[in-house]
Amino acid sequence: MKELLPQKQIDSFKAKAAAIAHPHELIVDQLRAIQAHHGWVPDDGVLLTAETLGVLPIEVEEVATFYDKIFRREVGKRVIHVCDSICCWSTGAEMITEHLMKTLGIGLGETTADGIFTLLPTCCLGACGDAPAMMIGFTTHGFLTTEKINDILQRERAAVAAEV
Amino acid sequence: MNAYTQVLFKNRRPNETVLLPEYEKNGGYQGLRAAMKMPPAEVCELVKGSGLRGRGGAGFPTGIKWSFFPADQPGDKYLVCNGDEMEPGTYKDRQLLLADPHQLVEGMAIAAYALQTQIGYIFLRYAYEDCFQRLERAIEEAVEAGYLGENILGSGFDVELHVHGSAGRYILGEETSQLNGLEGRRPNPRSKPPFPAQRGLFGRPTNVNNVETLATVPHILTHGTAWFQALALNPESAGTKLFGLSGHLNRTECFELPLGITLREVVEDFGGGVRGGKKFKACLPGGASTPYLTTDHLDVMMDFNPLEEAESRLGTAGVTVFDEDTCMVAVTRNLNQFFARESCGWCTPCREGLSTISWLLDRIEFGRATNDDLTMLKDQVKNIKGRSFCALAEGAMGPVEALLRLYEDEIKDHIRKGCCPFN
Repeated sequence: MKELLPQKQIDSFKAKAAAIAHPHELIVDQLRAIQAHHGWVPDDGVLLTAETLGVLPIEVEEVATFYDKIFRREVGKRVIHVCDSICCWSTGAEMITEHLMKTLGIGLGETTADGIFTLLPTCCLGACGDAPAMMIGFTTHGFLTTEKINDILQRERAAVAAEV
Repeated sequence: MNAYTQVLFKNRRPNETVLLPEYEKNGGYQGLRAAMKMPPAEVCELVKGSGLRGRGGAGFPTGIKWSFFPADQPGDKYLVCNGDEMEPGTYKDRQLLLADPHQLVEGMAIAAYALQTQIGYIFLRYAYEDCFQRLERAIEEAVEAGYLGENILGSGFDVELHVHGSAGRYILGEETSQLNGLEGRRPNPRSKPPFPAQRGLFGRPTNVNNVETLATVPHILTHGTAWFQALALNPESAGTKLFGLSGHLNRTECFELPLGITLREVVEDFGGGVRGGKKFKACLPGGASTPYLTTDHLDVMMDFNPLEEAESRLGTAGVTVFDEDTCMVAVTRNLNQFFARESCGWCTPCREGLSTISWLLDRIEFGRATNDDLTMLKDQVKNIKGRSFCALAEGAMGPVEALLRLYEDEIKDHIRKGCCPFN
């Protein structure tokens, strides 16, 4: 199985947790770290976080399942968050989302068969002046058009191919 | 193009971030130096006297909030900067942090001194990784220069700042939910009282302010309260405000404008008018939870009290404009879907009520509604308003109530025609 988190980072979280009065405050940080390394947070990621920080697994799980940017299910190598809030909606988000679904051949919440893209709706990304917008990883793409989306998807596909 | 005095955006250049040397050269950290020469209570008094009101949405007077804080209480006390900024239509804090993040660092150092809180957290939403990196760099620079850390500016006062990167969900913008988030607990809101000033982060006194609010504080310390008050066009108000424009405008950018500017000037002069040569129909003046303004309100001052008199709110001053071809039922349906999805599920009026409203607005928008649905919609609003655990559902009722007050004809038109008349 793919490694959840490099030992060095686990040790670092352990040391930080031991040095502070409230180790729970590192739960989100460690879940984000696991996700950055492993792509998503499986059950073992929850258990590892609990063990590292010396807290209960349920205390990690109740935090992990609250946040929409922590993935408790397997996702593709690139997660596309397409905004459907008011500013993007008023500038064509429905058309943008439909184009993404059609081009990728998947619905919202699904992953492409090649495991590259997962498409998720998201609330406002704070890119309202650049609407319509979507976020891939931590990169926000604004002023989306169907052509622009095609270019972005192509670039992301090429980047994923280069990673392997 | 913007002839108004620039305060928060005075150093702003496209795609650049101001580093410490430039910030200092343009008067940066003079506010902190001035503050450190006064007793902490005097800094609070000065901020109170400036008339600064919170820029995060609620508009509570900052100095008054500070005056409730038990600065003299021994033991740990915390300062939290709310940088969650997830109200749809709001992107001003991001623009501020991308352009000139030291203003927030300096503002937090001043607030920490005024409130005698030695530990500060900046809570940032997940999508703002770009701001996260710039803030971390600014904090490093400030520590190196002695503006943060131990014995700041040789005063004997210590301040440490941490940046917390969140992981999504609108409810984290609610201050008590945010405190749970920072503690690493499930971030449902907490019951108030006790208020954060009494029992906040880790059960200790905590003061929470918005990014723009804290970033404004250094300028007040540097230039004084009279200068700050004169910035506003409304003589009863004080300061500038960041306005983030969006929706059906020709220019959807973020501008620093004086409080009291009219909606007309914002829309026409700064937004460049409605795009496609269409007419203005309505807008959200300050984010998704603020009741609509219409053509009747174009000469209303964009400011806290004047907008309350117009039965709306300044909110975050994220102005989202809708053109004449926009269906306001569809707008409200989109807004309510957001609130329903972002409900944390803790209390029934919010969890069940908002999804029921979504169901009713779906029926109306898609022509399946009867007059009974309209009655039920009104009932639901009554059952949600004032009955939810926190302000989320209360805010969600802003646009729904405005729809019923201003556009009941449009609702009835949907019901009569059995479809959306705008399609």
